[in-house]
Amino acid sequence: MRGRRTVRVVVVAALTVLAVVFVYPLVWLVSASFKPRAEIFDNRLLPRTPTLENYLTVWDAAPLGLWLANTLVVTALAATTVTLSSALVAWGFAHYRFRGRGPLFGLVLATMMLPGAVTLIPTYLIWHQLGFVGTTVPLWAGNLFGSAFYIFLLRQFFLGLPREPFEAARLDGASEWALFWRIAVPLCRPALVLAFLFEAQASWTDLMRPLVYLQDTATFTVPRGLKAVIDQFGPGGESQWEVVVTASVITTVPMILLFFAGQRYFVQGIATTGSKG
Amino acid sequence: MTTSARARRERRTGLAFISPWIVGFVVFTAWPILYSGYLSLTDYDVLTDPAFVGLENYERMAADPQVRLALWNTLQYAVVQVPLYVLVSLALALLLHQAGRASGFFRTAFFVPKMTPPVAVGVLLLLLFNGQYGLVNEALAAVGVDGPSWTTDPAWVKPGLALVSLWSVGTAVVILLAALQDVPAELYDAARVDGAGWWRRTRTVTLPMISGALFFVTVVNTIAAFQMFTEAYSAYFGAGTSSYSNDAALFYVIYLFREGFAELHMGYASALAWLLFVVIMLVTAVQLLVSRRLVYYEGEQR
Repeated sequence: MRGRRTVRVVVVAALTVLAVVFVYPLVWLVSASFKPRAEIFDNRLLPRTPTLENYLTVWDAAPLGLWLANTLVVTALAATTVTLSSALVAWGFAHYRFRGRGPLFGLVLATMMLPGAVTLIPTYLIWHQLGFVGTTVPLWAGNLFGSAFYIFLLRQFFLGLPREPFEAARLDGASEWALFWRIAVPLCRPALVLAFLFEAQASWTDLMRPLVYLQDTATFTVPRGLKAVIDQFGPGGESQWEVVVTASVITTVPMILLFFAGQRYFVQGIATTGSKG
Repeated sequence: MTTSARARRERRTGLAFISPWIVGFVVFTAWPILYSGYLSLTDYDVLTDPAFVGLENYERMAADPQVRLALWNTLQYAVVQVPLYVLVSLALALLLHQAGRASGFFRTAFFVPKMTPPVAVGVLLLLLFNGQYGLVNEALAAVGVDGPSWTTDPAWVKPGLALVSLWSVGTAVVILLAALQDVPAELYDAARVDGAGWWRRTRTVTLPMISGALFFVTVVNTIAAFQMFTEAYSAYFGAGTSSYSNDAALFYVIYLFREGFAELHMGYASALAWLLFVVIMLVTAVQLLVSRRLVYYEGEQR
């Protein structure tokens, strides 16, 4: 048994080194945001002369408050709509038996594999036609129709529910909607939270769609705004790295908070997708 | 008959529940696929109506050196990044699996970077991989290695991007770790009784038992690698970065994006999208065929 203990010590030591490598860039970024420009590249863990100057500069240089508010609205709408619509669809696939259900669900799975680049241009033209280019609507409204990944995920959870409570409620005269909304949804709350958190992360961090749909700085999300900050203050612009670094921290911190708020959902949820997928 | 009435009602209710998806599929998937096929045969700048030009866009594509460059860049990146990504996530998952009670803590450490928005990952790439002052080269210098100019030397741009992509292995690690934890302990005990060492146990028990999850991670990540966009765009493209050459980071989707939305060559960009679609489908099909021989699914005939 001594051999096994040695193995564990080696494993934990290796993991400790690797964990430092993984977490350090984030620590570096946050630390750099409190350094004056000349010290950004000194790569010290703690700023020699800590300053809040960069936060004041960046707040003046870019409408970050507005961008954060825009992103919060888009993220909330995107996550809420996709959770509700995907739950409806997942319930339809999980609870009801009808001809064509298998092939239709196969189609749902197939769309998961479809590269987004293929539908990028026609989708843009749809929103253009509807007059929504230039607004944040295209960033979330597509979520009203469910999304394959969440449909798949929620269906797994719904399939795990026993059928008896539903049959009993039906005999008591409950409507089909009530079965879904009053029994299935409350029973699968953790899965719904999970879908909400996943989509919140995807929506908050997205750059491509804001690049495609938003033109006016006043409508920008934070990642789109950060890209504008990089263009202005980054390597091709004024080389004021402290501004870029600080804007990056402001873009990232909400996601770190989201992770720690929903940590157990994230990790358990991903574990489920892998083993069932 | 009451049973058929019931069946009909069940069908109606089921379809009602899935109707949002059906509408979404028709409007945002099926129609766009068909329409982009049509657009690829036209000249279209959004302002005037599409003009049918036959296969002209495809002929232009075949002769376009930028297409060749973008395809070659993307292929080079995928060939390096995908195996590296899968191996690193597997190695981390195997380590975590051996860590006992501490594994939860380390799993969090590996997952947190995944939360970073890819735009910010692009920023970190430019800063940490900076050839002169970057932390990466500073660390390399500490062990006596003279690090390359990761962000400006065309030969090192793609390796830099591939390395930075490893920072987001969190999801894959969690998936593989879950698969490892599902392997029945009896299998290991049996192998141990047979005198199999760690390497043989890994090769003959662990890898076959988690091959489904490994395959899933490989396929999903391959599709993502072929669509590499945000990190490269954030670091090397955009309004301000015309001052130096970024040919080495011209990935396929970046070229498609610029043709479509900067040049408003919507017809040409649609043709580009179709080529990418075909390439990705072919690669996925090959992976599926290979996996038939390599992947073991539980419940299958043994």
